Amino acid sequence: MAIKPLLTKDFATENLHQLSVYEKTGGYAGFKRALEMQPDELVELVKKSGLRGRGGAGFPTGNKWGFLPKGMYPRYLVCNADESEPGCFKDRYLIEKSPHQVLEGILIASYAIGCNLAFIYIRGEYLPQTEALETAIDEARQAGYLGKNVLGKGYDIDVILHRGAGAYICGEETALLTSLEGYRGEPRLKPPFPAVKGLYGKPTVVNNVETVCNLPHIVLNGADWFAAIGTPTGRGTRVWCMSGHVNRPGNYELENGTPIRELIEEHGGGVWKNRTLKAFQPGGASMMVLLPEHLDVALDFDAIQKAGSLAGAGAMVVMDETTCMVDAARRYVKFFHHESCGKCTPCREGTFWMANLFDQFEAGDAKPGDIDLLLDIGYNIDGRSFCPLGDASTWFPRSVIKFFREEFQEHISEKGCPFKKSVQEAVA
Amino acid sequence: MALAKATAEQIKDLAARYPSRQSAIIPALWAAQHEQGYVTDEAMHEIAEHLGLPPSLIEATASFYSMFLTRPEGRHDVVICINAPCMLRGADEMVAYLERQLGVRDGGTTADGAITWHSTIECLGACGGAPMMQVDHRFEEDLTPERIDAIIERLRTTPASHDAEPKRPSPRPRAKKSQN
Repeated sequence: MAIKPLLTKDFATENLHQLSVYEKTGGYAGFKRALEMQPDELVELVKKSGLRGRGGAGFPTGNKWGFLPKGMYPRYLVCNADESEPGCFKDRYLIEKSPHQVLEGILIASYAIGCNLAFIYIRGEYLPQTEALETAIDEARQAGYLGKNVLGKGYDIDVILHRGAGAYICGEETALLTSLEGYRGEPRLKPPFPAVKGLYGKPTVVNNVETVCNLPHIVLNGADWFAAIGTPTGRGTRVWCMSGHVNRPGNYELENGTPIRELIEEHGGGVWKNRTLKAFQPGGASMMVLLPEHLDVALDFDAIQKAGSLAGAGAMVVMDETTCMVDAARRYVKFFHHESCGKCTPCREGTFWMANLFDQFEAGDAKPGDIDLLLDIGYNIDGRSFCPLGDASTWFPRSVIKFFREEFQEHISEKGCPFKKSVQEAVA
Repeated sequence: MALAKATAEQIKDLAARYPSRQSAIIPALWAAQHEQGYVTDEAMHEIAEHLGLPPSLIEATASFYSMFLTRPEGRHDVVICINAPCMLRGADEMVAYLERQLGVRDGGTTADGAITWHSTIECLGACGGAPMMQVDHRFEEDLTPERIDAIIERLRTTPASHDAEPKRPSPRPRAKKSQN
């Protein structure tokens, strides 16, 4: 599509991570403009723009802000940089290339919701990105964008960068808040939602890195400008993380509504080694598999949902004809088992049970009833877990059983993986 | 072994940064691990004392997060991802190669004490550069046997990386607690 990237438009600029370079590309103009406005106007602007959260659930950002109860202070903004969904590496890219854009978005959001202390929760594994943000925060403080009476406008804001220590569950917003309070990262019951009772029991907004990166552009160009990009229910662009069997894996920012085919074939250079596309997975480890017949589905929350999957956090994992779908599902299930926090039984025991069964398929020990047993376990986890981690652990494996059941049967009848041999032949 | 004075001071500073000192637990554990290489029982007791919290709370938190080490490891930390996006790009072959070159099993430390390695199912956020690994929390992407050889060679001859933890935040003007 003809539309130019928004968030990544200046990413080719050398040293964009430095404040002076970022300012030359128009950086912090959005925050300055925001400070000229009333906070309520900003909330309305973002509501009108139709911006939806980029962390996975796609909840309208302005509405999330609007849920904060009137007159209750302090309130907190937490930027979720705990990107851990297998297949996702966009927040890392946005932070590495332009940490000030992230920070500017956080400052705008904080001002809009009336927050004087914001947090960035970044996953422990992102050490270089932690350093990039820490440097950006220091630079911004020295330049007067952060601190007391920012830019002489009477607004106080500080940002604390908080480094996690290895736990996927902390990307779930209530687990993130629990972790930020120093506890084991276990999710909390909703309601009360964080907007009402969040960090330290105070009203809190949790926004994803990519979400806040949109804010400077919306403030500068207006809600109508933003609403004209993308689809009616999916405004703007998304940064898609493409991985797996494509010629050019990487991050691609595309207008919402772009066909999946364009992402994989044009931007990704198509399936590698002149092989055929077998399946792909939008949204990351959690999301259901789609097939070549879905290539013309649009990159858009609603279109992907209609096709039977979810756009999630914007990953696109591409699998060619040599892929063992059972092994792909096995890796994801083992991931969810590893990352289950243990709080609720369906997830803790269910992911354990599924992981064991998948290992038996791989080892050639699975029995004829085991495919239905997997479905049964999945059915008993999904919708019965405390938080979405458990639910999501079942979506990919169940969709793979739906579309590739014969591969599970072959693992049983051939007492092991039928692909191991054929892959070795194909690679040779 | 008690924590160094500078680490203890850092932990007290951390406690003052947050609206609740309990939020300083994870950063304090990072500080202790950075100094001593792993988190000892003694360090957890000391953190508890500095933060004015029960030691059980510190250990409950420390034991939840996979990046806090409970035993000494090699000078360098190598973690290689085997989740699906990496698997698709040949991670299993890289794991087999790494294991052969290092001569120790997954989770082990080389005889010279230079490298502790393990594979992980936890995605490290570099699927676009798969197969990948992290060396002392720094990204090494698009792995090949030749690249792995070069990395191993480098690690065998370099001391433990003091860059393995983020630099301390520079001092900032701060109200007694928080402005909130």
